[in-house]
Amino acid sequence: MATVALKTVRKVYAGGMEAVKGIDLTVPDGALCVLVGPSGCGKSTLLRMIAGLEEISSGTIEIDGRVVNALEPAERDIAMVFQNYALYPHMSVYDNMAYGLRNRGTPKPEIERKVREAARMLELGSLLDRRPRQLSGGQRQRVAMGRAIVRDPKVFLFDEPLSNLDAKLRGQMRVEIRKLQRDLGVTSIYVTHDQLEAMTLADVLVVMNSGRIEQVGAPLDVYEEPATTFVASFIGAPPMNLLTPDHLSAVGAVLEGLLPADAVTVGIRPEDLGTVEAKSAEAGSAGLITFDVTIDVLEPVGAESYLYARVQDASVVVRLPGRAAVPETGKLKVAAPVDKLHFFDTHGKRVDPVPVAARRLG
Amino acid sequence: MPERTEAGTTSRSRRSPWVSHAVLIAGILIVVFPIYYTFVASTLSLQQILRPPLQLLPGSHFLDNYYEALFGGLGRVGGINVWTLLLNTSIVALSVAVGKIVISILSAYAIVFFRFPFRMTFFWVIFITLMLPVEVRILPTYKVMVDLGLIDTYTGLTLPLMASATATLLFRQFFMTIPGELLEAARVDGAGPWRFFFDFVLPLSKTNIAALFVILFIYGWTQYLWPLLVTNSNDMNTIIIALRKMISYADADTQWHLVMVTTIFAILPPVAVVVLMQRWFVKGLVETEK
Repeated sequence: MATVALKTVRKVYAGGMEAVKGIDLTVPDGALCVLVGPSGCGKSTLLRMIAGLEEISSGTIEIDGRVVNALEPAERDIAMVFQNYALYPHMSVYDNMAYGLRNRGTPKPEIERKVREAARMLELGSLLDRRPRQLSGGQRQRVAMGRAIVRDPKVFLFDEPLSNLDAKLRGQMRVEIRKLQRDLGVTSIYVTHDQLEAMTLADVLVVMNSGRIEQVGAPLDVYEEPATTFVASFIGAPPMNLLTPDHLSAVGAVLEGLLPADAVTVGIRPEDLGTVEAKSAEAGSAGLITFDVTIDVLEPVGAESYLYARVQDASVVVRLPGRAAVPETGKLKVAAPVDKLHFFDTHGKRVDPVPVAARRLG
Repeated sequence: MPERTEAGTTSRSRRSPWVSHAVLIAGILIVVFPIYYTFVASTLSLQQILRPPLQLLPGSHFLDNYYEALFGGLGRVGGINVWTLLLNTSIVALSVAVGKIVISILSAYAIVFFRFPFRMTFFWVIFITLMLPVEVRILPTYKVMVDLGLIDTYTGLTLPLMASATATLLFRQFFMTIPGELLEAARVDGAGPWRFFFDFVLPLSKTNIAALFVILFIYGWTQYLWPLLVTNSNDMNTIIIALRKMISYADADTQWHLVMVTTIFAILPPVAVVVLMQRWFVKGLVETEK
C-alpha cells in the first residue's frame, strides 16, 4: 500500500529530445491511475521512469514516501506488466512467477504458497507446468499478471498490457484487471492509448500530451469538463465537435450572451447534439441553440446512429439514439442544450460559460 | 486421378524417391569408400597393403594392428602410442572449443547488453580480425609463443586459437534478437548482470552453443599448421601431426597398417561428437524457445 508522488519529473534524452517536461502527480494509496495520451506523448517513458528502467533527468519520484530515483527496479518494490508480456520463454509458468521471489531469497514453501495462490486467483492452476509458448494470448497475459501479483509489490505498473489481445478478450481482461486491482487494493499506474480503456479503468485519469499533463481527474469529471481542446477531442468517441463561433453563427446559431469573452472555440459532444424535438425536451429551462448542418453520411451501429455532417468547412458528428429518422442527404436542423456547451480560449484552455444570471441580462 | 499422373509435375514427383535415393546412394558410396578402405587397410598386414591388387574385404590382422597402435609405440613418432595422441588432441580440441565459446559469448554479452565507451570500436576491432588470414598472423604469433616459453605446452597449442571473431559475431546476432522487454522484466525481478547471463542468456543460447561446439571441436581436432609449428617433442603431438610424421616419402618405410589404424582413431571422436550433439540439435530445434 503506497502513494506515488512525482515532483517536477523531467526526461531529456541524450540528443536533447525532451520526452517528459516536468510532471507533478500524486497517485493516492490504492488508486488505479491511468495515463492516457497519443503515442509519443511520454506516458510510457514516465511509467518506465517510475519502474526504474529509464533514468530520471530531474525531479524526484517517491514511492510510499521514499525517494527511489537512485534505486534499481528490483529495489523499488514495484511489479510491472509489459506490453508483450515478456514471459521467460525457457521457464515453466510456475518458474516464471517464482523467479522474482527466488531472487529475493524467499523461502521455498512461501514461494510455493504464493504462486499457488496467484494461480488460483487467475485460474492458471492447471497450466503451471506449461511453457509460455504453449499458452494462448489471454493465458500469457494472466501469467504476466501472476508474476506481478506474487511479488506483493507496493505498486503495479501496467504498460499497455491489453494492446496485443483481440477486442473481445481485451474487454474481458479489462474487467478482470479492474476487479483484481480492487480486490488487492494495490496502487496501480496503467498506461494506455485507448481512451475507452482509460475511462473504464481509472480512478484517476491523467491525460498527457507531448510530455505534459493536460488534465488530471476522475474519468467522468474529465469527460464532462475537459480542461483543454486536446482533452476534449481525445476523450470520448466519437470526439467532441470543436467549432468556431463564426461557423455556428453562419448556420443560424444564436450565441449572443452565451459566449464568454475569451472564447474562440465552442465544443459540443456528439450526444448533446440532436434533433430539435429531442433536445428541447431534454434542455428544459436552459434553452437551446439550433443550427443547420449538411448531411454527409449516416452510420447506423445498432443502439445508436452516427450522423457525419458539415458546418461550412468544419465536420460535425451527431450521435442519435436508436434508428435515426433523419434524411440521408440534404440539410438538417440540429439543436444542443445551452448548458452542454464547452468554451475554449485561443490557447485551447477551458473558459467558464457565462453564468445563467448574466445570460438573462445580456 | 489418371490424368494427373500424365501431368509432368506429378509423374516427376512419383519417380523422384527413386531418383533422389539413387543419387544419394551414389554420393554416399563415393564419400564412404575411402573411409571403408581405410578400415579395411587397418586390418591388413603391411605386406598385404603393399602388394596389389587392393583387397576389398577386411583381413585377419585387426587385433594385432589395433593392439600395436594402442599399446605399442608407433615407430615414426618416437614410441608414442595412440592413447597419448588422442589425449593430446582431445585436450586441444576441447580447450579450443570451450575457450572460444566462453570468450565469444562473454564478449558478445558485453557488446550487446552493456553501454560503455568505445563499445562499437571494440566490436569493429573484433570484426576486423576476421579479415586477416591465419597465415598472416602466424609468424608474429609464433614469435610471441617462443618469447613466452610456450612451445611444447598445451597453452601454446590452444591459446592462440581461442579468440574467435566468428563466434562472437554469431552470439551477438543471436543476443540482439532477445527482446529488450525480457531484460527489463528480469531487472524488475531482481536479476543483475550475472544472474541475467546465467538464468537467461545461457539457457536461451544453448542450441547455438551446441552448434558452435560441434563446429569448433572439429576445427580444433583437425588443426594442422599451428600444432606443427608449436610442438617439437613427440609426446606433445596431436594425432593429425603424428599421422603426417608417420608417413615417410619412401613407401616401404611407412607402416601403412598403423597409419590406417591411427587414421581410424583420428576420425572416430569428431564423428562421435557430431552424432551425440546432433541429438541436441534436434531437441533444440523441436523445442524452439522463441
